[in-house]
Amino acid sequence: MTRLTAAIVGPGNIGTDLLYKLLRSAENGGSIEPRWMIGVDPTSEGLKLAAGKGLEASHEGVDWLLKQDELPDLIFEATSAYVHREYAPRYREAGIRAIDLTPAAVGPAVIPPVNGEEHVDAWNVNMITCGGQATIPMVAAVSRASAVSYAEIVASVSSASAGPGTRANIDEFTRTTSAGVESIGGAARGKAIIILNPAEPPMIMRDTIFCAVAPDADRDAIAASVHEMERAVQEYVPGYRLLQEPQFDDASEATQGQTKVSIFVEVEGAGDFLPPYAGNLDIMTAAAARVGENIARSIIAQRGA
Amino acid sequence: MAFLTTPETNQLARRWADLATAEQVTEQTVGLDLRLTDTCLRDGSHHKRHQFVPQEVRDIVAALDGAGIPVIEVTHGDGLGGSSFNYGFSRTPEQELIKLASETARRAKIAFLMLPGVGTKDDIRAAQDNGGQICRIATHCTEADTSGQHFALARERGLETVGFLMMSHTQPPEVLARQARIMVDAGCQCVYVVDSAGALIMEGVGDRVAAVVAEIGGEATVGFHGHENLGLGVANTVIAARAGATQIDGSVRRFGAGAGNTPLEAFIGVADKLGWKTGVDFLQVVDAAEDVVRPAMPEECTLNRMTLMMGYAGVYSSFLKHAGNAAERYGVSGAQILLEAGQRKLIGGQEDQLIDIALQLKAKQDANR
Repeated sequence: MTRLTAAIVGPGNIGTDLLYKLLRSAENGGSIEPRWMIGVDPTSEGLKLAAGKGLEASHEGVDWLLKQDELPDLIFEATSAYVHREYAPRYREAGIRAIDLTPAAVGPAVIPPVNGEEHVDAWNVNMITCGGQATIPMVAAVSRASAVSYAEIVASVSSASAGPGTRANIDEFTRTTSAGVESIGGAARGKAIIILNPAEPPMIMRDTIFCAVAPDADRDAIAASVHEMERAVQEYVPGYRLLQEPQFDDASEATQGQTKVSIFVEVEGAGDFLPPYAGNLDIMTAAAARVGENIARSIIAQRGA
Repeated sequence: MAFLTTPETNQLARRWADLATAEQVTEQTVGLDLRLTDTCLRDGSHHKRHQFVPQEVRDIVAALDGAGIPVIEVTHGDGLGGSSFNYGFSRTPEQELIKLASETARRAKIAFLMLPGVGTKDDIRAAQDNGGQICRIATHCTEADTSGQHFALARERGLETVGFLMMSHTQPPEVLARQARIMVDAGCQCVYVVDSAGALIMEGVGDRVAAVVAEIGGEATVGFHGHENLGLGVANTVIAARAGATQIDGSVRRFGAGAGNTPLEAFIGVADKLGWKTGVDFLQVVDAAEDVVRPAMPEECTLNRMTLMMGYAGVYSSFLKHAGNAAERYGVSGAQILLEAGQRKLIGGQEDQLIDIALQLKAKQDANR
């Protein structure tokens, strides 16, 4: 069957975990063949690992990749926002579709079970943030059942799973995530909070989603929609689960006159390359693999037509 | 006063006035041994469930400023941007209160708190535009490297900076020293050892403050922020000052989180008797506590089953009201919620998890029926 080729740029934790997911998907009849792993450090473990799995691994960076006779159809960017902003235009010139796992936000944001089909023709799509991938589906689940005037998400991740980029740019996390809560989640107003917890052994990612809905909102419809969304996310992140039934607090002064919906989830990773507690990173790579697959299928279908 | 004694042994090795920069010193703070910050209008916001109204803020600032307290902190309890479902919505927007406080204070500087991950740089800019002069940035005591961009901005804008290492009881002195170094390198001018859970005991405070002084004392000052959950606020603060802390937090009438903060008026009395200069008039601050601050409090901050549990289990003090709410909502024990929060090693900001704990306790309770 027809497959598209892909390069992963950035052989760190995220890039390597993504490699495992793409390889497994390819084994199971997926539409993407990961062929290149690109880094800048010759001693990179991720590059060695990729070479061992039969990929062409280079430490000479994207410049090397773009000079090859055969170019990839897709690039998964797992470097940094700074690097991606610089290279995104060159991918476009070379006719390569980009799936961006950094917070660069060059292209439209995608959450697979919410708008995964909407941007399959875009040259560049962005995966928002780990907290966004874990919580925006639930905001969308509530807002498709009842208008959400305000949504607030609290993402707690283990300190061990938060890299230096996230730490140095924590404002970008809250800003990008709260924008996604509004634009993709469908809340009129969004807020995001992130907590890094250093407990040992590391805690599994936990997220709480609070939504304000009208006092007469249909609670059964909201709860059913939330459960349906849990199943939709589980299709690509099996360790995504509701910890409790959605909770409804009656309108009061403390809820600013709205019914408060509280949703508690846990995200356990698949343990591909990263440990299972790092569900925050797993949901990024799983979502990116899923979005890449959607884009690849769409391209194949258009070529066939 | 004649009955005060100042034995030679009580002289502090580190004095605020010797260490402060020229920009930090005001007419009011010349020659001080210790510079005090009152946090009724920030940590007290937890006890007040974030329901301060403008008149209360005006009155408290005027009374504390009149007594000579040099720094007054005003913000939502969880810092800038804290108004939320998770932490409780503010009755009056905090920026409005900061503005009001800075318009009211004649001598005192107005400080504000922010937690990276909750507030953002935009909130800092707004607080400064509203008259805030001291930017206090709080992280969990192992996560100092999330504060870099905020310290950089604050310094660039000419704000005085303070760093808070929260839940300091969870880490040994050498870890706190390393984290303090990260903050100072980012632009922090004073690092506080913050006993958020009121769980530190005497030497535990002294060792931690001394380690931070040894690491950063040449470039920055050190502070201590205590809570009363084991009844040690004043004692711990005395030890902190002897170990080299020169900036001291407390709340008049303990108006704060958990069993309350170090009662500032009590510490001022103790400092008078030890011969430590705070610049605050003891008789005036005692009157302010009784006549102005107490009436604004919904009830006294006390040691009881819930608040003792926080010190005992090492739980973040602002969890108190939220654990109480969840206990009432689901018919389970609030003390059990707090114990489980300690077991789970929750840190500041994870108030949402208290609801999950309450639901689990309820499920267990229902299963045993």
